[in-house]
Amino acid sequence: MNPGRNRRRPVLAAEGVGEVGAWSGVPQRRRRGFLGKWRNPIGLVGAGIVGFNVLVALLGPFLWKHDPDEQEFDRLLPPSWANPFGTDELGRDTLARIIHGAQVSLQVGAISVGIALVVGTLIGLLAGFYKGIVDAVLMRLVDVMFALPGLVLAIVIAGLLGPNRRNAMIAIGIVITPAFARVVRGAVLEVMGYPFIESARALGASSFRVMGRHLLPNIGAPLLVLVTTYLGTAILSEAALSFLGLGTQPPEASWGGMLNSSRLYIDLDAWLSIFPGLAIMFVVLGFNFLGDGLRDILDPRLGPTVGDVPLKK
Amino acid sequence: MLGYIVKRTLLLLPTLFGVSVGIFLMVRLLPGDIIDILLGGDITASEEVKQEAREQLGLTGSYPEQYWNWISGAVRGDFGDSLRNAEPVSTILRDSLPITLELVFLALLIAVVVGVPLGVISAARRDSARDYASRLGGLIGVSVPNFWLATLLLLFTSKVFGWVPPLTYISPRDDLLGNLSQFILPALSISVFTLAIVMRMVRATMLEVLGQDYVRTARAKGVARRRVVYRHALRNALIPVVTVVGFEVGVLMSGAAIVEIIFGLPGVGNQLLQAIFNRDYPMIQATTLLIAIIFIGFNLIVDVLYGFLDPRISAET
Repeated sequence: MNPGRNRRRPVLAAEGVGEVGAWSGVPQRRRRGFLGKWRNPIGLVGAGIVGFNVLVALLGPFLWKHDPDEQEFDRLLPPSWANPFGTDELGRDTLARIIHGAQVSLQVGAISVGIALVVGTLIGLLAGFYKGIVDAVLMRLVDVMFALPGLVLAIVIAGLLGPNRRNAMIAIGIVITPAFARVVRGAVLEVMGYPFIESARALGASSFRVMGRHLLPNIGAPLLVLVTTYLGTAILSEAALSFLGLGTQPPEASWGGMLNSSRLYIDLDAWLSIFPGLAIMFVVLGFNFLGDGLRDILDPRLGPTVGDVPLKK
Repeated sequence: MLGYIVKRTLLLLPTLFGVSVGIFLMVRLLPGDIIDILLGGDITASEEVKQEAREQLGLTGSYPEQYWNWISGAVRGDFGDSLRNAEPVSTILRDSLPITLELVFLALLIAVVVGVPLGVISAARRDSARDYASRLGGLIGVSVPNFWLATLLLLFTSKVFGWVPPLTYISPRDDLLGNLSQFILPALSISVFTLAIVMRMVRATMLEVLGQDYVRTARAKGVARRRVVYRHALRNALIPVVTVVGFEVGVLMSGAAIVEIIFGLPGVGNQLLQAIFNRDYPMIQATTLLIAIIFIGFNLIVDVLYGFLDPRISAET
């Protein structure tokens, strides 16, 4: 896909890091200083941003002890020492609401990507392992799901299920499932071509054992990249759904919902429109950086298409 | 070539059928009795009233029967009436479709016109400051929520120029400039993601092509660097980019759905959202199907274009 990248760091291609064929048992120890092959500036910055966000979500409420729903201040205050991000139209502290939004976004990311990971991996595994009619049926299904733009499908599913966060998570999970199925199937087909699968079968391993013990562990690298990238996509989609009123419902704080309610006050208080958007961008950027770095490290052949298949993206 | 086009078109028919069945089932199988929701939890509603509503919505009979009634109407351009104002769905969609298409087209134009040169520069000057700047910009571009960008653009033009785009839709036939001034901000805000994708893709394919033998040969026989990049390499590098663009149409239509709301444009996405909030089922079905058809249609065009640009592909089939 990108020979230039390999040329710059020939060591990656040569030792087959993260390639599905890296099962040869040849020790890959090599002294390369701090972090070894994980030393990738973009990836590390991404990991830092993601880590920071997780910390904010976990520890934020203990360090910043304002209630995100309490109307305890004057309305529409600009940023100050007392309220670093200002207050909103009901006198709630924006920083406390952003912290709560961080929890919401991580929850949504984890659950919806979790759905796609489990269901998509299962579909891809079955399709790639059994091939033939199973593959044909499952992949036509995936094609059909790809025929609708991701967010449009998410809007329809979330809207029909009823607007709340649980349904938004389900909708996003459904929408990104086909992407997982497709990538897993491709990786499985590749691994199936290796002789060790044939050996395992010849030794009498059951289908279940081949899938669980031999296929799954060998498609970890592309899956990890996929999960990271789609965490960003899922968070972005939840923000979009909440912005449209189809996700997290007010008064609960969520970044998309905060952006939506801020639109009415854009002339009075521009700060309200700025911080939630920055938060979304920051987190999604973190996941994209991390995904990009992981792709460089684990699987140079995956190529550089971040956020592609976005939800469909 | 003609055979190739026909073949690609025929291959889409099963997908189209699958999508229509999927939309049909989605509206019926998701929890909640449509009729109960429509009658607003009116428990006193008699069975006759409910039955009448069902008939009106085409919800009587077996599923295959219902599907046949819906799809045979759809083929004739009859999607039933909107529940909100009893206007034919087809009329509403006919008015809103050009708005969304214009938005998508403008955004695509911006993305390609800006993204391709950026990708070329990035690849040709690899590892330079410009390369890093555009790569970083590319990653930021895929991370910015388009609805936030739209809000920021509005904020920016209103604070700096004291100008906000007109809030009621202006048809390009009445006032082309007014129409464009209304569309530029929404188109810009949804184009950024696609622009970044196009740029990254062009960079990647350019790097690949620039490493090929024929590029070195061209340089060796004395062709200017510039000419090699733009005439020899770019032409071949653009072929894979075409596929991405087809895919991006879907992303842009998703984006259009949101920014149409922000900018008050009565496009297809706006109609879909209103339909969802009003539980306007005929509208939801028709709009979703229409969006799928447009998306599939664009991908057909891309397939054909791809076969045209790279004759090896159309010759194979």
